[in-house]
Amino acid sequence: MAHGDIARTLGSVQVRRSIINQSKRAHVGHIGSALSIADILVALFSRVMNTDEDVFILSKGHAALALYCVFEQLGVIDQKTLDTYCADDSHLGVHPEHALPGITFSTGSLGHGPSLGSGVALARRMAGTRGRVFVLISDAELNEGSVWEALMFAGHHKLDNLCLILDNNGQQALAPTADVINLSGIATAVQSLGWECDRVNGHDVAELARILEVRSVGSPRFVIADTIAGKGVSFMERQVRWHYLPVDDEQHALALREIG
Amino acid sequence: MRKQFVSTLIEIADSDSRVVLLTADLGFMVLEPFAQRHPDRFFNVGVAEANMISMAAGMAHEGFIPFCYSIATFASMRGYEQFRNGAALHNLPVRIVGIGGGFAYGSAGFTHHALEDIALMRVQPNVGIVAPADDAQVERVLRDHYARPQPMYLRLAKDSATHPELEGRFRWGHLEVIGEGDVVILAIGSMTGVALEARRRLQAERISVAVAVVASIAPAPTKDLVALLASKNACITVEDHRPIGGIGSLVAETIADHGLGTRLVRRGISDPPGESSGSEEFLRQRNGLDVEGLVTLVRQTAMIPA
Repeated sequence: MAHGDIARTLGSVQVRRSIINQSKRAHVGHIGSALSIADILVALFSRVMNTDEDVFILSKGHAALALYCVFEQLGVIDQKTLDTYCADDSHLGVHPEHALPGITFSTGSLGHGPSLGSGVALARRMAGTRGRVFVLISDAELNEGSVWEALMFAGHHKLDNLCLILDNNGQQALAPTADVINLSGIATAVQSLGWECDRVNGHDVAELARILEVRSVGSPRFVIADTIAGKGVSFMERQVRWHYLPVDDEQHALALREIG
Repeated sequence: MRKQFVSTLIEIADSDSRVVLLTADLGFMVLEPFAQRHPDRFFNVGVAEANMISMAAGMAHEGFIPFCYSIATFASMRGYEQFRNGAALHNLPVRIVGIGGGFAYGSAGFTHHALEDIALMRVQPNVGIVAPADDAQVERVLRDHYARPQPMYLRLAKDSATHPELEGRFRWGHLEVIGEGDVVILAIGSMTGVALEARRRLQAERISVAVAVVASIAPAPTKDLVALLASKNACITVEDHRPIGGIGSLVAETIADHGLGTRLVRRGISDPPGESSGSEEFLRQRNGLDVEGLVTLVRQTAMIPA
């Protein structure tokens, strides 16, 4: 896929509309998380990644709906396939499965992506294979100890073909992250482990692209993307309950109107 | 067996650049020769088994064949979900090498006793499980099967062992049977030595015993088991593992699935958690896993009327 073609066909508005529609049709939640990462995915897949050689791992697998909607717009899957989201005998479950084109690793249990990504990045450096490895994690995922095992390893081994993107929406399943485990010092923490750290508005596609395109030399890269759970739908924004709830008819119509 | 493992792996790595050795900071005085020979393919990931097992899946996805080395408890359990959702789910050639099954780390205590590693691995449908009986089998398994496409768990005893009767035989999905007898002892790993010694003692009492080495636990040697057990009145499984989930269970399942009438006696580790610790010899004896305990069990079993 050439980058120019993708940039023309992939847009945040369409991805968000698709998320709301699929979520409504399937009567499945995780909308807040999907809306939170929509712009990050648009930036990555339309402007940053070369999908022929780069690898993407959605470590926060519960936001896979956003990825399916991106794939449908890119033509990786067709509309008919997207419409099987959460249906019987479908590979489009709430969490992504590697049987689906475009999915390198099945995820769903948190804290695996950074290690899988470190393994791919290390292997590629050893083999002299080109391409970068992007891993998208959630802020609550930082609670998992295995994430820190990977942060330590990748920092020590200077895996500069690895980029972790933190979907920093400040919310987790039961409460705001600051009330569960306060991670406001995350930038300092990862820097102390040998990572180059950058921060970006996670809903500004152009700015995201500019920051994510940067490849650090001699250290892995950690990009804190400040996001809003439920971004784009006012009554969902920063609301913990939209981590799980599906939309009803009225909410569906209202959400689509707001997204535009 | 550790040293045999490393020396064979070095030779394989000499000719196959896909082979990588990862360790979670264990293997002092064991892994150094590999690290010296192939420094670019040796990684001490630190005391971080979960990361090691997931990373291995990532590396295997890129075409490498990673061996993940640790003590059997840590190797099998600390990264278990990583193994399940990584190498097993994606069917990648990751090899977990668990050192010291059962009581091999005797006085180190319960935290270091691998009592359920085989049970955990057996429930993953595509994971190969191998528990070699001696050094020659370790070499055979590695040379013939290191590049198999699916994930694998290798349970290796700490110490070196040689059983000339086996002649280094190992076949994927098969039993290796030594001798003939009315009673058969099915043994894994380092229990093979105990079983063979019991066999020698019982021969003097004119009780004939066959010893079947279950080195290939998965794939299960089902055909061989059915053929062997169909003609036997009784069999005994002996394993330095819980009696649930290991070869005792495997043989029970085989007998049930195939409607065999063979009587099965399972001998494994029955100590409850929190029992006192001690040497491997002491702990085996307490669980009836020593030669004397096994000889007594065979005598009792041989007396059971058909």
